Amino acid sequence: MRYAETGFNLEVDLTRGNIEKVATDPRDTALYLGGLGTNAKILWDRVGPEVTPFSPENLLIFSAGLLCGTPATGCNRTILTTISPQTELMAFSMMGGFWAPELKYAGYDKVILRGKSEKLVYLWIHNDTVEIRDASHLAGKGAVETAEIIRQELKQPKAQIAAIGLAGENRVYYASVEQGRSSASRGGIGAVMGDKRIKAVAVRGTKDINLADPEKFMSLCNEVLDYIKWREDNPIKGVMTILQGLGSPQEMKVHDEKWHTENFMWGNSRTRRKGFWNEEIEKEWTDTLEGARTRLISCFNCPMKCGATVSMPGLPTYMMKCFTKLTYTMAAYSDLDFGLRIAQKATEYGLDGFSTPQVMAFALELLEAGILKPEDFPGLPESNEDRFFYLLDMIVNREGIGDLLARGTYWAAKEIGNGAEEYAHNTIKKHEQLPLKLSMLNPIYFLMYSVGEKINITQIEGQFPQAPFPKREHREKFCEDWIQVPHEKFKQYFIDWELRGENSIPYYPTVEMTCDIVEWQEMMHYIDDALGQCAGLSSFPLKPPYHIHNYPKFISAGAGIDMDQETLSDAAKRYRTLVRAVNIRRGMRRKDDRPPENHWKKRFPELEEKLLDGYYQLKGWNKEGIPTKEALENMGLGYVAEDFIQRGILTEEETADVQTETQTQ
Amino acid sequence: MAGKTKEKKIVKTIKIDVDKCNGCRACEVICSAFHASPKYSSNNPARSRIRIIREPLRDIYVPVYAGDYTMAECAGRDKYTIDGKEYDECSFCRASCPSREEFKEPDSGLPLKCDMCEGEDEPLCVKWCLVDALTLEEREEEVEEQEEREDLELGLESLADKFGMQTIMDTLARMSKDDKSK
Repeated sequence: MRYAETGFNLEVDLTRGNIEKVATDPRDTALYLGGLGTNAKILWDRVGPEVTPFSPENLLIFSAGLLCGTPATGCNRTILTTISPQTELMAFSMMGGFWAPELKYAGYDKVILRGKSEKLVYLWIHNDTVEIRDASHLAGKGAVETAEIIRQELKQPKAQIAAIGLAGENRVYYASVEQGRSSASRGGIGAVMGDKRIKAVAVRGTKDINLADPEKFMSLCNEVLDYIKWREDNPIKGVMTILQGLGSPQEMKVHDEKWHTENFMWGNSRTRRKGFWNEEIEKEWTDTLEGARTRLISCFNCPMKCGATVSMPGLPTYMMKCFTKLTYTMAAYSDLDFGLRIAQKATEYGLDGFSTPQVMAFALELLEAGILKPEDFPGLPESNEDRFFYLLDMIVNREGIGDLLARGTYWAAKEIGNGAEEYAHNTIKKHEQLPLKLSMLNPIYFLMYSVGEKINITQIEGQFPQAPFPKREHREKFCEDWIQVPHEKFKQYFIDWELRGENSIPYYPTVEMTCDIVEWQEMMHYIDDALGQCAGLSSFPLKPPYHIHNYPKFISAGAGIDMDQETLSDAAKRYRTLVRAVNIRRGMRRKDDRPPENHWKKRFPELEEKLLDGYYQLKGWNKEGIPTKEALENMGLGYVAEDFIQRGILTEEETADVQTETQTQ
Repeated sequence: MAGKTKEKKIVKTIKIDVDKCNGCRACEVICSAFHASPKYSSNNPARSRIRIIREPLRDIYVPVYAGDYTMAECAGRDKYTIDGKEYDECSFCRASCPSREEFKEPDSGLPLKCDMCEGEDEPLCVKWCLVDALTLEEREEEVEEQEEREDLELGLESLADKFGMQTIMDTLARMSKDDKSK
């Protein structure tokens, strides 16, 4: 018997309309866990570097995490993996909600889609009955709307549905996959789904998920619940409000947006508006949110209430969470009322809330700069708000200039030329980032921005405080109950960290410390992404209930795989390296590992090189950021080394082939 | 059923605050895990004895406990409007009934009934509901003594309703004969 996982994947060939239920190898679970880990293995094995994002050979994997469907609190994430049309690298965006547990209860760990359907279809998984159904009547329908129609036509109110909107159908490079209250929105995964002509995947399951050591597992779950209660009653002192508690940043709950509106950038990630927040705005925005928000809501089996049901007057109801609350508002220099209205439309279209507003602000900047002409925008409305609605439609319908903008700022700027590249200034690896511009380089953040292969800062940060507390005694106090550290040394790193003087950024934490800190934070995210655990109870907040000391026990008691801190760290390292390997094989190199040029005003090129060198060395990568043969073999990834040597990416002597400057462009 | 007497009894009541429900279904998870055999060995919300009647876009979240089995669905099913939201009467009904899939074992179709997690300090759904949509209240009441009916009896009754008593008895007779001949 398999524990925690079902031991079966669904393989769906959309070209031929063939569906197979395939048993998986339990040895892969021990090596790569599940979710992201086994997704990376499948992508390595089956999607070579010659496969382009929109070719039928590209795979689109919907995976439940290893512990999804067990009683582990907050373990509900679906990990979607494919080759991104925007970065042309491995995308592994994730969504919470209710979909992954339902898939497990239906008897599958993953749905692997390949090929392309001729006409628009949707997949209906109901325990052992799986069918590809016509979706021509759903063409152009909103993502939330689609889910409701499918539930009704199947007469399955409990079916969980992941769907794309028009943006995905029209292959917008930053299209999302929406699932009611959650979405997998980074990396343009919705565009690949649209390219495969699959509108939705609906699932309903009524089978059991088994545990290897039930008593032990339940006592671990109860400890986690007790710790959550304790943490809720004891918010962390000395950090800003949104960092004090657990969960995603509680954007749907809070009204005080002074910090975001005055520290993040407005427009095309350009303007910082100090002094913006005042009583009048606070009152107006509070009224807007209170009038629109019907309920704070959760994902499957989680007490945190990070999302909300939002009903703007005159608009259909939708669900929202986190920072999308403000991205449209700030890109358009507008107010919250506008932000929540346009987000409704963008959610139905199925669009990423980070990239989309930035692309639109970028287009309007180009118009102002004379690089794009008024004739590129026929019928452009007067007000900024109307212009955003206008651009949203142009992009999603790929009309006129919208066709270029649908590829994101990097590719659009390249095509437009004439200096437009300067305006696509806030990307990493061609992907739009949070609108944040700061002064002094922070070595930890430099490294996380540079090497984070999810290409999104919130998906690598957490665990270690973002800044030192002003007083040493406060730092010592913080360390007193800091049980989550993998090693005592991290406490000392933090205690010695000062706001000013010798032990302050950019030279403290030292290169070695910075590498340790980044590796820890990264490891926790990678473990979450394999188990299907939401980062909001684990790798993202300070002092979370899940950590490197209880995770091995959860895996042992849940899945029946012998794990301790070391074997778990090794497994995480193994599939983290495999993600790197997929990207290396697609042409990614050291030169791509860098933050947006203007992210910090004060840069330190020499230090930055040392940080990259230090991190690569810790990982067993060479100067080009390529995992060495020795490191690969030590991790049980000899097959990757062989492939690298065959392709000339590594030579037998394990030195990098520095000639491989061929980018994936 | 002779000799019914009135006696004082502590009645456990679960108070349900639908406004506090966040729709997470942790109650369904822990309920199905607790009632698995062996205890906690598996979980499956489709076997849970509590269900969240849940329609997020209409803001409907009603935790409902499995009550008695009924062989027929009721004649008129009314609609209630509460705070501007329309609910089916079924949204509050605890019956395991032919009109819906709630409160039946997914494979056998046998009825499920909440037992307040006998042997535990409090029902586990209450314990796992950190948002306090479910809380426990105990009160003293005078009740008529009733014989407790076993799961087996309830299950058999529903089978008899479905297939007819004669079929059930024939089947049992055949099964016990098969068993002896092994």
